[in-house]
Amino acid sequence: MADNTQQERVGVYVCHCGSNIAGVVDVQSVARFAAEDLKGRGVVVARDYTFMCSVTGQELIEQDIREQGLTRVVVAACSPHLHEGTFRGACGRAGLNPYLAEMASIREHVAWVHTDKAVATAKAKAIVNGAVERVLRNEPLEAIRVPIEAGTLVVGGGIAGLQTALEIAEAGYPVHLVEREPSIGGHMAQFDKTFPTLDCAACILTPKMAAAGSHPHIQLHTWSEVEKVEGYVGNYTVTVKKKPRYVLEDVCTGCGICIEKCPVLVVDEAHDAGIGYRKAIYTPFAQAVPNIPVLDPDTCTYYVGGKGGCRACEKFCPTEPNSIVFDQQEERITLRVGNIVLATGWDLFDARRIHQYGYGRLANVFTNLELERMCNAAGPTGGKVVLRDGQTAPARVGIVHCVGSRDRNYNNWCSSICCMQSVKLAHLVKERTGAEVFNFYIDMRTPAKDYDEFYQRVLDEGVHFIRGKVAEVSDVPRGPDEQGPLFVQVEDTLAGLQRRIPVDMVVLSAGLEPRRDSKAVGKTFGIACSTNGWFIEKHAKLDPIATMTEGVFVAGCAQGPKDIPASVAQGAAAAARVLSYIRQGELALEPVRASVNEAQCSGCRLCNGLCPFNAISFIEERRVTEINAALCQGCGTCVAACPAGAISGSGFSNEQLLAQIEGLLLDVARVPEPA
Amino acid sequence: MSESAFEPVIIGFTCNWCSYRAADLAGTSRIKYPPNVRLIRVMCSGRIDPTFVLKALADGADGVMIAGCHPGECHYLEQNYKALRRHRLLQRTLAQFGIEPERVRLTWASAAEGARFAEEVGAMVDEVKKLGPLNWPTRPVPQSEAAAEVAP
Repeated sequence: MADNTQQERVGVYVCHCGSNIAGVVDVQSVARFAAEDLKGRGVVVARDYTFMCSVTGQELIEQDIREQGLTRVVVAACSPHLHEGTFRGACGRAGLNPYLAEMASIREHVAWVHTDKAVATAKAKAIVNGAVERVLRNEPLEAIRVPIEAGTLVVGGGIAGLQTALEIAEAGYPVHLVEREPSIGGHMAQFDKTFPTLDCAACILTPKMAAAGSHPHIQLHTWSEVEKVEGYVGNYTVTVKKKPRYVLEDVCTGCGICIEKCPVLVVDEAHDAGIGYRKAIYTPFAQAVPNIPVLDPDTCTYYVGGKGGCRACEKFCPTEPNSIVFDQQEERITLRVGNIVLATGWDLFDARRIHQYGYGRLANVFTNLELERMCNAAGPTGGKVVLRDGQTAPARVGIVHCVGSRDRNYNNWCSSICCMQSVKLAHLVKERTGAEVFNFYIDMRTPAKDYDEFYQRVLDEGVHFIRGKVAEVSDVPRGPDEQGPLFVQVEDTLAGLQRRIPVDMVVLSAGLEPRRDSKAVGKTFGIACSTNGWFIEKHAKLDPIATMTEGVFVAGCAQGPKDIPASVAQGAAAAARVLSYIRQGELALEPVRASVNEAQCSGCRLCNGLCPFNAISFIEERRVTEINAALCQGCGTCVAACPAGAISGSGFSNEQLLAQIEGLLLDVARVPEPA
Repeated sequence: MSESAFEPVIIGFTCNWCSYRAADLAGTSRIKYPPNVRLIRVMCSGRIDPTFVLKALADGADGVMIAGCHPGECHYLEQNYKALRRHRLLQRTLAQFGIEPERVRLTWASAAEGARFAEEVGAMVDEVKKLGPLNWPTRPVPQSEAAAEVAP
């Protein structure tokens, strides 16, 4: 290969990572290989060190750059996704362009996945050789700087999204809060009390809702959904679909007369979890923000019974002009924002799926959310815990944990909140009815502050805890003596016996699931979901807030099941990240971009149809193709397609990749047979 | 070389967003897989020029694995579909060269699928082991050297 790499001076650094790498790879041998065998390839120094990422390790590199005049650096250590930034930083500090450093991943891709030391060491050498060949072709690059728009889009007005919106707004920056329900508040607005302190959910949530509703920097877009997201970090253009409320938002005073006069009563599947009623024109709950009703055209007689029926709401509306607009259309609004926080929350596991637990079949089997609504003083029963007949208080109640969670037939994950929620509900039921309460659990998980203390308190209150997975909830007695009406069949794994507990009411603690449309939402925002459907964070431990897409953050249960304190913490953390971007004013992006060498471009236009970001355009006058660097995302598809080799991709050029391939195959290279 | 002793070398092209991270996850989860694969990171499976694959085979690899994001989950929206198209074409071309198309495998692994990535590597290694070493005619002699050889 013709190369002008002769004059480069390469330093190779092999990390032990304690025993993580050194336990499987002979790091000294790898360093020796680089120093001796690759001397001809410009390697002037090769070292191994316990922790290259430590300050001392980084200083080692910096010192060599300064003293030995290194022009290229290879660090054989962990994945570049972990420490590429670290080592680029070290190079930058020593005056070397950061993009002249390469990482060879010999931890994730060698030491941690292989066991044979000799084979692993040979593979590590090949990878180091590939990295050396590649780095010799690296070009010095400058990070791309993009300005950051000050506005932020927060999607989801539950407790996590509210926290994010309030934190950012308090710092003085504009927030657009999009919520698809008629009111902000999310699931927390449905709850009665919160564990472990038994604070009333409304008492702690509604002030936040009111603050968000009236904040000068927060613009609410309720009953709205994000339809399209274009652009990149700092510069997103978002299209929001505003569903018709059939009520003029800026005229309606929220007096509620329309709701009072509406003659249509409908089961409230949303806020009241199917056990209460609402009108055809309604606000989901009394403290809704904004306090503006929404008309449901699927049940309103005006629409259902042929146009022109009823119109009571319109007739009694006292505003001038009339707030009711029967022919309101959906609208689309365009927002320009720099960052996006997704706090889209969770859906409840559908307990009907576990047929043997009887939900939907046996009247007095409830979900936790139904009980939650019953306990709520503003709920359909006014805070009374009663059976499905609406009157009888239960004398014996069974609460089943882990419904749909930690179950390979349904969801493998622990929903994280159900133990504490079940303990709380046990307390509330006992407090309100004096009933004997049985909790059926697989394991008790009470790991956060004051959680176990609360569990102990409820144990002391006399709630029974039976360790075992419930096999069945039945209403069929086994003999004339058995008094139900319901029986919970369970193996008590502590006592080592089968038990059959007669109860009046069963409550299923259904687990948390990703939103049913989470994959579609992830696609809209360009972020990934796990196979389960939870949004994937950038790093499971070190960056559970950012995503792989710059400028898109996650908060709350959309990222995984969590309780209120964790949702609030993550919401606030997302705000901190966004604020840091806004305050920087501009952001450095990876300079991985494609560009066209006009002299080589034949104008064949083969690449023109390949770019989904519309970065490629054809210049008719000059008969050449041009790439807009601001729109280019750096995937390199056009680079691979250009038959003339006229498009080059910085950071991943043909020269770099071809050299890396050759380098990786050093030990198996096919040599020409003698003629 | 007997079949059992044959240890193929496979070049694996992985995309920055899904499959490389799947490989990282296999590592962090300590999932073991055969050491025959050596990975190259590109930003997207759409970046993979068929030339790279041919280069790898010409330079000594017995197989090439291309791993991208799942269809519909590409970080660059749809570029993995371009990788899919190129892979089909390339397989046809390889067959015409007399090289078994199975030596170039296209697969998908999301960033959460470390186990799947490891399984795919295992399956690929098994397949190439069955095929045996790639019988690539030795690398063409560079023109300058060829000229020197025929010179008196």
